[in-house]
Amino acid sequence: LSGHGARLLGASALTLLAWTASAGEIPPAERRSGYDFMSRETRAMQDDDTVNPGMLGVLEGGTLWARKTGTAGRACADCHGDGRASMKGVAARYPAFDAALKRPVNLEQRINLCRTERQQAPALAYESRELLALTAFVARQSRGVPIDVAVDARTKPFIDNGRAAFYPRAQSRSSTMAAPRSTGVRASSTLPAASVTTRTGASGWPATRSPRRIRRAIRSTVSNGRASARSSAGCATAWSGSAPSRTSTARPSSSSSSCF
Amino acid sequence: VSSALVNVPPRARRGEVIEIKTLISHPMETGYRRNQLGARIPRDIIRLFVCTYNGTEVFRAELHPAIAANPFLVFSTVATESGTIAFQWTGDNGLSATESAAIVVD
Repeated sequence: LSGHGARLLGASALTLLAWTASAGEIPPAERRSGYDFMSRETRAMQDDDTVNPGMLGVLEGGTLWARKTGTAGRACADCHGDGRASMKGVAARYPAFDAALKRPVNLEQRINLCRTERQQAPALAYESRELLALTAFVARQSRGVPIDVAVDARTKPFIDNGRAAFYPRAQSRSSTMAAPRSTGVRASSTLPAASVTTRTGASGWPATRSPRRIRRAIRSTVSNGRASARSSAGCATAWSGSAPSRTSTARPSSSSSSCF
Repeated sequence: VSSALVNVPPRARRGEVIEIKTLISHPMETGYRRNQLGARIPRDIIRLFVCTYNGTEVFRAELHPAIAANPFLVFSTVATESGTIAFQWTGDNGLSATESAAIVVD
């Protein structure tokens, strides 16, 4: 029913968002860990530290923790000591608000802040082997600790934003279109061709998958700083809507969907 | 840099069959793949795994391309005496990783 409402009242999607957010939320008692959805074999693997390949990352992270790096020549251990003791419960508090950046940072970002500011080493690429290992090592020390992300005046606006972005996921595209505007990226005034064909199902854009693709497109647009001039990157240009690339936003849906 | 996890029971009764689990981090490049220029990507695999119990070899495995990245080997042996169980992985690009575990046999 809520999906229906959003589609009918696409124009007033924003006011509707608040309503669907509360209506779509799963009561805390009914929330289930991803663990509950794993197969028996996967659970068995995860339950046994000597079988779980994730523990290799933890092991490697422990090595990296003690390795001096950067122009400061400091290791994580030089400030934080033995990570197995000092990092207990830390990961459970992330994402945490960073006063200097005035926004929440996640654990990976915190590690990279330490690298750039304290160790004076280059930030590690997101999802790189080293960053994953360090993060796994730190997060391992919070095993069994309940998630304890601070909800206060500083983090509330970010949590609200996240809620608004999270819940319309399975709804019509008209409500997800609010996302580019609220993140400060100007959405194209006209819908890209691809979204029109979504309704027909011909372009292979399942509605449930599109928000993530949109976010990826937004991210690439934001990181480029401006609309990409490369018309081959139709995915970036299609959603940017900024003046130089407006001609390329009217690309056929096939090319847009293939590059997303 | 390879890192390995080994699991050996810390205590066992004499004559007991014990299970040993080993897991090593290794990316595995089969040697069959080609890069974007069509050149063959050189093989990078673990070729040999050897487990010794107080210096006596109790298990050996020869590995070949396309078996597994991060090979996980489980095998059993008989607990004969207290001492050290040592593990060695050797492979391409001069790979040589060792690990060991102590066991007390009552």
